[in-house]
This record gives sequence, C-alpha cells and structure tokens, in this order.
Amino acid sequence: MELLNRRTLEENLFKILMFASLCIVLGSLVIIFGLVVINGASSLNIEMLTQTPTISSPGAPPGGGILNAIVGSLLLALPATGIASLISIGIALFLQTDFLSPRVSNAIRFMLDVLWGIPSIIYGIFCLMIMIYLGMSSSVLVGMIALTMLEIPIITRCMDEAIKMVPIGLKEGSYSLGSTKFETAVRVVRRQAFPGILAGMLLGLGRGIGDAASILFTAGFSNRIPTSLFDATASLPTMIYNLYSTPLGQSKAFAAAFILLIIVLIVSVLSRLLTRRLKKHIIK
Amino acid sequence: MEEYQIETKNLNVHYHKLKVLKDVNIRIPAKQLTAVIGPSGCGKTTLLKSINRLLDIHDDVKIAGQILVNGENILDQKTNEVPDIRKKMGLLSQKPYPLPMSIFENVAYGLRIHHQKNKEEISRIVEYCLKETGLWNEVKDRLHDPATRLSLGQQQRLCLARAIAVKPAVLLCDEPTSALDPISAQQIEKLLLKLKKDYTVVLVTHTLRQAKRVADYIIFLYFGMVIEQGPAAEFFANPKNPETKAYLSGEIS
Repeated sequence: MELLNRRTLEENLFKILMFASLCIVLGSLVIIFGLVVINGASSLNIEMLTQTPTISSPGAPPGGGILNAIVGSLLLALPATGIASLISIGIALFLQTDFLSPRVSNAIRFMLDVLWGIPSIIYGIFCLMIMIYLGMSSSVLVGMIALTMLEIPIITRCMDEAIKMVPIGLKEGSYSLGSTKFETAVRVVRRQAFPGILAGMLLGLGRGIGDAASILFTAGFSNRIPTSLFDATASLPTMIYNLYSTPLGQSKAFAAAFILLIIVLIVSVLSRLLTRRLKKHIIK
Repeated sequence: MEEYQIETKNLNVHYHKLKVLKDVNIRIPAKQLTAVIGPSGCGKTTLLKSINRLLDIHDDVKIAGQILVNGENILDQKTNEVPDIRKKMGLLSQKPYPLPMSIFENVAYGLRIHHQKNKEEISRIVEYCLKETGLWNEVKDRLHDPATRLSLGQQQRLCLARAIAVKPAVLLCDEPTSALDPISAQQIEKLLLKLKKDYTVVLVTHTLRQAKRVADYIIFLYFGMVIEQGPAAEFFANPKNPETKAYLSGEIS
C-alpha cells in the first residue's frame, strides 16, 4: 500500500513538472507576442509597410516606414535559402550513398552539427574578412553569402535525416522491380523524403530571416531599397536594432519586430499546410 | 513463358563477420512453389535476397559461390545488369511497402521505368494485374487514392500486382503473410497457389503449417546450412535427417 502511494506521488510530481515546462514555453511565446504588440501598437500602420524611412528633425521620432528592411530581408534570405538548399541536397545525397564509409560520413555529420552551433556573428566576421580581402564593401551579395553559410549546416542535417528515414524496404521494393539507383532516388526516395526536405529548407529560411549578427557587417545598412547586388541594404533585424537605439524609436522598433514575427509565422503556417498536402502519399 | 532454373553452388554469405549461409547447394524447380523453412535467424531471408542480388545494397556483405539462373552465374554479372536480373524476380516483403504514390501509379511504376509509354497499354496492364490479385473490385473506384489508405492485406496484394506487372519469371516471397490478419493471409496463400502455374514461387515461411498447406518442394535451413531438401510430400512423410525430424516434431523451433 505504501509502495503504491509512493508511485502515485512520483507520477503526480512528474505530471506537474511536465505541465510546468509546457507553461514556461507557451507562456514565453504569449508574453513575447503581447509585449511586441503592446509596445508597437502606436506605430503600427500601413505606412510601415509601404514607405522607406524619412529623415526627421532632431527631437522628433523617426519617420516613414520600413519597406526597405522588409525588401532587404526577403532579398537576403530567400536567395540564400535557395542556394543553401541546392548545396545541401548535394551534401545530403553524398552522405547517403556508398561513396563514404560510415565512419567518414558520421565525422562529417558531427562537423556539420558543430557548424550548426557556431554563433552567427562568427559567420558575419568570417565573411567580413573575406570581403575586405577582396576589396568589396557591405552589400546584398556578401550578406547573402553569409546567410547561405549559416543555413547550409541546418538544411543539410535536416535533409540528411529526412533521406535516412526512408525505409529500406521501400527501396528494396523499387529495386526489385528492376529500377536503377538513380530511378529509385528520383522517383521513390525523393517523394518519400520531400516533406522532410522542405521542412529543412523552411527551418533554414526561418533562421536566416531572423538573424542579425551575420548580416550586421556584411549587408550593412541603408535607408533606400537596394537596386543592385552591390548595394548595402537594411534588413528587419538590423532595422529593429537601429530603431531601438534611436531616441523615441522604440515603439517603431516593436512594430518592426511585429512584422518580422508575422513573416516568420506565415512561413511556418505555409510549411505546415504544404507538408500536410505532400504527406498524403507517404509510407509510414 | 520461359523456364527459369535457379541453382546455387557452394553459396557462402558473410554479414559483418558473421557467416550467415554456409555452403548452400539448392535447386529451385520451375513453376512450382518452393518453401524455405527453418527457425528464425537461420538465413532464410538472406538466401532469398541473394537470389535477386538485393544484398548488394547492404554494407559489409560478402558473397562467395555461384547462383546459377538458367546456367548463368548472376554473381558474375556487372552492376549495370543487376536491374535486369531483379526485373525477372518479383519481391514480396514481410511488411508490405507500397510506393509513395497512388494505387494506379504503384502498379504502373514498373511499366514506366521500363519505358512503357502507351497510356492505354499501361491502363490495360494495371487493370489486368489488379484483377489477377483480386483487388480490382475493391479499388476500381479509387485508383487515384494514396496506396496507404488500403488495409495491410490489400497493400500486400497491391505489392503482388506491382510485381507481376513487369512480367517476372520468379516470385520471391519473404514471409508475406506474417504481418497480416488470418483472412488476408489466406487470400495471399490462395493467390500464390494460383500464380505458381505461371511463375516459379519461392516462399520463405516460419510457419510449418503454411509450408505443409502450399509447398511442392521444401528447403530446410538450420544455422545457415541446408539440412534437407526435396519434394514436400516426401519431406513431411519421411524426413531423413534427425534435425529435420526434431524440427517437424517441434523440438527445435
């Protein structure tokens, strides 16, 4: 009887602990969203989305909108994700084929995990050094390269896992019908792994679009919408940083943060809907 | 359809450092149902997968000896000829693995990779194969649904339909009923009995009763060695080897 009581007690304790963890995580989300909305509400208007910043007289809050940062962020993160995905699918397929012994491929996986963990400012400084060495200046191009480097380990590891999860029985089924390795990879493995591959790309995009440190030096800052690859550009994270450090700019910074959150939310929801559609045929 | 003779000579298979098959010499008669029986882990599946060279895709496997198909050693053949070897041998695995596409496309897949372009011809063969496996009436109104919506038994029959669509000569079945409910299992058994008229069927099974019900020829494997092989009637009525007797009486399993 006493034993039973102890076990009930243990079980209840763990239930409470798990529930508490859930509350901490969900609570933080609600608080962050709430804070951003409350602090940014007074500056949230359509001008934020349609105008570029204007020079305001000293003592007045910064004027105009943040269109340049929205365009800049998309211009940096979308191509970066595209390039990173192309490179990553190559690496992921290479890791899966029989070219490498398991020991080597696992070593590469470990290194990619280390790269995943490297703070993004390191990527930023690395690209800055190369940029200076080549005599270039802060621009969309260099920022894009920094983000690409930041995203490659993330996307590669996700794709790698997605391809690894394809059951061997499925491949055997395809092979036994007389299909080649290439046909199996393109027609069967790709279909089965695609939702995971897409999830990896969107995870990379989410990371890239929200990262400030890697593009702080590499993309620079500008109040205008960039017109070429070699123009410096603002992005949402650097814009938030700039606005927040300007006197009377805090509320605008929160409004910009709200827009960034909404973009990330849209990306997540779209990816959910897309993967659900693609999962229709997936073999469990 | 041409006769397909399968024979192995001193087949040895190592998996990592473990010897899975030891000097296996078997002969699989054409257009009969051959059952490979033996306790779990005795190398039945390995034997089956070496016949269509599916062992190639696993790491760390060493194969020595000969597997003669119509007198030709398939272990000698180059990698780019392997798909043709496999095309001749349909596979039915333990757990059905339909391809991640619709019911129709599952059967059409084999035709498409072998360059069948004619749409009417594809539809005709798909319908024929689904009728052969008794699935047609169950799926004819939802051919474009995902194959995963089918029950496990239906999925296994779909895999069978997919296999016969590429006109193999041999059907390799690796415990195809072990994951299924009794009624679906019975359907598969009946299908195999029907198909042995046109195909050479090799059935790996761990249930002795199933082997007794359906097999014409028996190969008994134990610890990677062939203990006894022969026509089913003789094998069950008059086992020669003490280990076979022990297995048949249930002393070893």
